[in-house]
Amino acid sequence: MEAHIRVNNLNVNYTSEHQALKGINVTIPKHQITVIIGPSGCGKTTLLKSLDRLLDLTDGVSISGEVLLDGVNIYAPDIDVTAVRKKAGLLPQRPFPLPMSIYDNVAYGMRIHNMRKGKDLDRAVQHYLELAGLWDEVKDRLHGPAVRLSVGQQQRLCLARGLAVEPEIILGDEPTSALDPLSAQHIEKRLLELKQDYTVVLVTHILRQAKRLADYVIFMYLGEVVECGPAHEVFENPRQERTRAYLQGLF
Amino acid sequence: MCSEVLAVAYSPFLSWAMLMKQKTTQKDVCYTMRCHKERWGGRLFFFATVMPVALVLIIFVALLLRTRPILEAKSISELLLGQVWLPFQGEFGFFPFIMGTLWVTAVALILAVPLCLLSAIYLSEYSRPSTVALMKPVLDLLAGIPSVVYGVWGMLAVVPAVQKFIAPLLGKWLGSISLFSSDNPTGFSILSGGIVLAVMVAPVIISVAYEVMRTVPFGMREASLAVGATQWQTIRYVVMPQAMPGIVAAVVLGLSRAMGETMAVLMVVGNVANKLPRSIFDPAYPLPALIANNYGEMMSIPLYDAALMGAALVLMLVVVIFNVISALILRQILRRSGQ
Repeated sequence: MEAHIRVNNLNVNYTSEHQALKGINVTIPKHQITVIIGPSGCGKTTLLKSLDRLLDLTDGVSISGEVLLDGVNIYAPDIDVTAVRKKAGLLPQRPFPLPMSIYDNVAYGMRIHNMRKGKDLDRAVQHYLELAGLWDEVKDRLHGPAVRLSVGQQQRLCLARGLAVEPEIILGDEPTSALDPLSAQHIEKRLLELKQDYTVVLVTHILRQAKRLADYVIFMYLGEVVECGPAHEVFENPRQERTRAYLQGLF
Repeated sequence: MCSEVLAVAYSPFLSWAMLMKQKTTQKDVCYTMRCHKERWGGRLFFFATVMPVALVLIIFVALLLRTRPILEAKSISELLLGQVWLPFQGEFGFFPFIMGTLWVTAVALILAVPLCLLSAIYLSEYSRPSTVALMKPVLDLLAGIPSVVYGVWGMLAVVPAVQKFIAPLLGKWLGSISLFSSDNPTGFSILSGGIVLAVMVAPVIISVAYEVMRTVPFGMREASLAVGATQWQTIRYVVMPQAMPGIVAAVVLGLSRAMGETMAVLMVVGNVANKLPRSIFDPAYPLPALIANNYGEMMSIPLYDAALMGAALVLMLVVVIFNVISALILRQILRRSGQ
């Protein structure tokens, strides 16, 4: 197993009293799907967002420890935050299409980073919409507003928008929780395909989804990592009593 | 989104819409106490809703009735485009006054809108919560200062500054452009009025624009930042377009206030009739100042009373026209963004 992201002794405080993450140490393998599970409020989303430096946006947050991305600490003082964020695509709980057309949503990141122009941009937009499994549904209305899409389509649009800046990692924060079962299935299928080329980290509340997708599992409880390891080991033979209890639905 | 702001800016239109949407009440078959309360409560709320609409109509009709004598004596184009105001000789041309109103308002908005937007963007996107906590009460305070106080401040500070520094300096540099050259030596000018007005409308525009930008969901900013956009790119391409309808409403709110503002403006703007302003250093005589300065005096002059009522009517129509135009612009923006 090749490590892609290594989290060393990460502590996150939202206020002086409330410690969201306590001394987290985990390793996230490359080109696999890592699923973070645990009860509500245990710090799953906080851990996920710390991988993309999106926690910095919260007022009054303090972060210590390090997150190594290919051996580089993304919390080092001399790091370019926009470059870090470009390396990971984010799928939030609820999709947020930007207030522009479908085409412009996908082209947004590429334009901002001056990656492509003209015909090349057109081709890239098509490519990433195909990759997200949305192209056939929107090819006739690329220049219509993105907010008119259904929620399921919007989530795939967000996937395409994230993929378009050529990230290495896909972060999903319960990406299917607002979707109907069919759209959710769509997204799951995409993620399984995409793990060939991307490292996927997923937060989910749905144990069955975790079992379907996970190669590697992190179980969190009250801001700490209780157990992590390959999916079959954690699901079939949990070493910790708390993991066993959670998997059996006892809390 | 931004519905509360739109509601403020377009309350007359909204109340119309609400009127139209009033559900047909169910047949009265219930006579218990709570059903009576329900019925009378509903009627009370309906009445309260209709009130503002009725008031606008009543004011409009009253003005129209009182203006009738002069409308019968003169043609509308004579009144609106006439450039001479000599009540003793029966000359009532509104044109210089209308232009005075438009000049002062335009100068005020040109000065205020860019600065207010930058300020609102800073408060909403960049500043720490403690800065907002400090600034909001200050803005509310600024909005609450009586306009006569602004007028006094204008006479003591703005007029001398325009007279001694701004007018000579700009006249030296840009004097060849007629917009910046004038033979008015007093400092009581369109620019003074515009500056005072800009300061007066700023708190309103900043507060409303700030509130509107706060309504843009955090997830939308996050979506933009997550692909590696900088904060400014996020503001420029995501927050501003999303907030645009509300920002237009904020500007319209400021515009309506600027057009109707009377006391502070009339104290610094010069009030010289029978002269079409050509430069920002010329004096002007906006419509509200005309009405406030003259109503109640020399009412024995024939048609004078009707002419001043006509001025009020014109002022009201100008404000309504700008509101309608902005409502149309707003609809266009909403349609384009597909909301």
